[in-house]
Parts: sequence; C-alpha cells; structure tokens
Amino acid sequence: MSAKKIKHGNPALFNAFMLPHFCPGCHYGIIVRCLAEALEETGVADRTIMVTGIGCAMVSAHYIKGVEGMVALHGRAPAVATGIKRALGPDSVIITMQGDGDLSAIGMGEIVAAAARFEKISVLFLNNANFGTTGGQMAPTSLLGQVTPTSPEGKSPEHGGFPIHMAEMMAGFKGVAYSFRGSVHTHKNYNRTRKAMITALEKQQAGHGLSFVEILSACPPGHHVKPMAGLELVEKKLMAEFPLGEFKNAERPA
Amino acid sequence: MNPDRILATGNDAIGYGAIAAGCRFFCGYPITPQNEIPAFFAAELPKVGGIFVQTESEISSINMLLGAVCTGMRAITSTSSPGYSLMQEGMSCIHAMQLPAVVVNVQRGGPGSGSIATAQTDYLFVTKSAGHGGMKSLVLAPNSVQECHDLIQLAFYLADKYRILVVFLPDAITGQSAEMLEKRTLEFPPLPPKNWALRGSAAKKGSRLIVDSFMPFNYSSYFPMIRKKIEQIEKEEVRFEERLTEDAEVLVISWGSSSRTALEAVTEAREEGIKAGLFRPITLFPFPKEAMRAAAAKVKKVLVVEDNQGQMLYDVEWALGCSVPISFLGIEKRDQPSGMGLLYPGPILEELRRLSQ
Repeated sequence: MSAKKIKHGNPALFNAFMLPHFCPGCHYGIIVRCLAEALEETGVADRTIMVTGIGCAMVSAHYIKGVEGMVALHGRAPAVATGIKRALGPDSVIITMQGDGDLSAIGMGEIVAAAARFEKISVLFLNNANFGTTGGQMAPTSLLGQVTPTSPEGKSPEHGGFPIHMAEMMAGFKGVAYSFRGSVHTHKNYNRTRKAMITALEKQQAGHGLSFVEILSACPPGHHVKPMAGLELVEKKLMAEFPLGEFKNAERPA
Repeated sequence: MNPDRILATGNDAIGYGAIAAGCRFFCGYPITPQNEIPAFFAAELPKVGGIFVQTESEISSINMLLGAVCTGMRAITSTSSPGYSLMQEGMSCIHAMQLPAVVVNVQRGGPGSGSIATAQTDYLFVTKSAGHGGMKSLVLAPNSVQECHDLIQLAFYLADKYRILVVFLPDAITGQSAEMLEKRTLEFPPLPPKNWALRGSAAKKGSRLIVDSFMPFNYSSYFPMIRKKIEQIEKEEVRFEERLTEDAEVLVISWGSSSRTALEAVTEAREEGIKAGLFRPITLFPFPKEAMRAAAAKVKKVLVVEDNQGQMLYDVEWALGCSVPISFLGIEKRDQPSGMGLLYPGPILEELRRLSQ
C-alpha cells in the first residue's frame, strides 16, 4: 500500500458499502474516516489489527478496508491488544479504539496496566462524556451539571465525582511515548487529529511506547441536543473541561 | 542417569508439558497454590523464544490469552479458584469466538478467599458452564505429576482440534506434590491449518477477518454448530480409568487427588477381602457416563469420594439413576476442621467396611 495525499471524496480505505450505524450528528463516523486517512498515509493497514471495545466504536473496524479486527469485551481492549501485539511481534500494528465508558470506567485497570507495562500499542480514546450506546448514562468523563438518566439532578462532585482527564493522566506514565487530545469538529482540528494518529502509529512502530490519542466527540442524543448543535457542544462545553493539545511527545525512555 | 527423568511438582510438570506441546505464550497473575507455574514459564519461556507476561488481574489474564490465541499461537494461563471466578466473562467470550485456549485452575478450598490449601470445591462451577451463555469447556482432571505433564499436551491438542476452551483442573495436592516425572513429547494426529487466525490481511493475500462475540444475526447457525461439536466431543473424547473393577461389589467413584486417596483405601479393603474397585473420570466434561454405567452394572453399592460436599455426586446420580444405591464421603470427613485438613484413606476404608456388610 503506497502513501498518498487525500484531497476530496472518501479515503481509499474507507468502506463506503458499510451502512452507517451512528446517530445523526455523532462524530464517531468522522473519527473512523480520520483513522482511515491516517492508515492510508502510513501504509500499514494490511498489517494492522484493530481491537475495538464495547460501545458505539465496536464495529469501527468494518468501516476500514484492509485492517483485521477483534471486538474485545467491555473495557478489556488493552489486555487483548497486548496478547496480539506480543504474539505477532513488533512488525504488527495494533490499534485499540474505546469509548469513555469502556476505557475510563470499566477498563481503567487495563489501560493503566498497559501503559505501565510499556506496551507498544496505539490507543484511540473516543470521549463523548457519556455512555452513548446504553442511553446516555453518566460516565467518569461526564461534565459537572450534566443531566443523564443516572444523574437526573445533574452530575455533582458528591454524586459522581469530577471528570477524569485521561490524556493528561496518560502523559504521566514512563511507558507512554505520546499523549494527545484533539477533536474533529472543525477542519483544522480534524487535520490535527489525523496528524496525531499518524504520530501515534509512528511511535508504536519505532517502539517508543504506548501512544494515546483522545478525541472529543459529540453525542447529540446523549447530551439532549440537535445533531448540528453537536459542534457547539464540543466547542463550548467539552473543550472548556478538556483542553486540546499535545501532553507528551517523547522517545523511548532511557 | 536419564536427564528426562526428574523429580518435579505437578505445577512444574504442567510447564514442561506445555512447552513440549509448543505453547509459547503465558500470562498470569500470582495466586497460591499455582505460583510455581508462572515462575516456571518466566524462567523457561524466554529460552525457547516464548513470551511471558505478568498481568494486573485474572480478568486481564483471560483477555490477554484471548488476544494471543486469536493469532493462532498456542497459549496458556493458570490461576486458582478465586482467580478462575474472575475469568468467567473472558472464558465465555473465548467460547463465543470458538478459539482454542487452555486455562489451568489449581483448585484451592472454599468460597470467598477460602483457604490456600487443597480442595475440590470447583467441580460444578468448572464443568457446568464457562461463564454466562451456557457453553461447556472440555475439562481434564489429572491425579499425578506424570498426568499433569501428559494431559496438558492432550489439552492443547484437543483445544486446537475442536477450537474450544480446555480447562485443566488439578488441585493443590496434585499441583504441589513432587513425584518422578518422565519428560516426553507426545505425538498427536495432524491438525488443520489455522486459517481463522488474525495476523494482518497481508498474511492472507488481502482478505481479512473481524472476530466478534456479538451474535444477534447468527444464533441459527451458531447453536447447531456448537451442539454438533459437543456431540462429537461426547462421542470421541471420553477418558477414564478403572482399577480392580472386574469383580467389584462396592465401586468407589472419585476424581483428581482424592482418587489417589480412594485407591489406597480400595487396596487396603481388598487385603481385608472386601471386593472394592475404583472408577475415575479423567475427562469431567465429557463425563464418562456410559463407561460408568458399565462399571456399575454388577456392583451392589457405589461410594462417591471427593474433597467437597458432593459435586460430581450429581453427575454420578444422573449417570447411574436408581440402578444402584449411591452413598457419599467428602470434605466433612477430613482429619482437621480447619482449611488445612485432608481426606485420608482411613474414613474411606471404614465406609467400605460398612457398605460391604
């Protein structure tokens, strides 16, 4: 597979025959497209195995041509990815894709342990501040004041604690080579996120450590807003709590 | 002196057997009484180019195992009872994806944290269902160090043959006792290539696989496929051992380490003129129902002996029905009331004397 620039239309690796299952206004489809572009630019799709978690990101591998996939149990993608990466060796490229309920709630143990163990995998963390698939319940990333079926009065520190900042937390691990938080709600941010995904894949192939890309995403039904208002939700609310940026970009620790 | 004849514990024998079977991946979390197994693999796997990972929990262990086996590699994890509980969801997923995997449960006693000493209190839990969904694992129960070594090789073969999870079920006695072991690589019939393995689409000339355990659309094909597989296993893979059963009037049925204790009682009973025999299931699933019926056809009484409150007893009652009176001797006949107590041949012999009158 040769690396080339994409200008218009669907990326070559985007499987347009797969019927979209995302809700109107959801950003997950854009993130999957972004990953398809990143994989095309790096040319590693045919040795990539995507391990997706349980949630709306579950079937993402189907949208990307050439990659093989495995749907892990809820929260366990980093453990499954470790098994695959270590079994196949450094030439393989392993990408995990998990939502915020999957990674930062039930799967916190697995992601922290994978970072501590210096696993050479790339983790995509799709943060839409709620459990989208199950009906918009409160997640560890939910914002203070956010009304959900399990925080009907709005999330308060006493009720559900403070939002977890994963990208900042992951930057604190020696085993993590790269930690970034981006979004896909504007062209500029889409391109930044794509570049971050490419950097993440490069860090993995160079053996520098675990690479972590958090992507803020709108979930209009979960946040009770109309599809187009998802852009504003990311810009005004999610970005106010979760600042965008690169939190770590390092070589293999000495 | 033969270097392949060594003094080894059952736990070490599992390690030697697994490496002989071509297993090159181990992941696990420390728990007594199986700690010799991860220590063995940590030392031995790097010598043969294998991979050892110490995990953060048994939940991680079973999912990492799932990741390793889906690449087609022979892989194993080991744990003891509480850790085995934590693995249930992952085991259910391995069944749903029909992956070949081997899980060792060196049993310890009782519910909760229980005791770190031996018991056979996981029989029902291990044999009846791997987590949710009603899937049955193939279960092998060794009773000696040599069997730990030989049957673990069989476990890898059966896992690959049927693409099924095989549970290896010794207990602390079998795992931690040292006996003479003859190291040997067993031969098995050839297996089909693992075309289903995930290795990247480049390795498959561009075609690709996506493995998923979410199956709303394929119930109608999945369940008949599983039934056929289980029927074949029940027909072809039953294994058991019979001792002194030809003329037996009292048949002792026992498994794992307690079958060794029971055999001692049976031998002593024979010396007293009591016609006792022993039947031991080696595969707990598939359960040797037909063979057990045949062995019990001419006996007057059956005594089930196991180090629990009567778990295989249910299967024996199911297999034999009302054809013969069945009595039970178990964990309450140990020599000490604490978790460190053991089942000795004495109480079994007494029971055999009583039953033979």
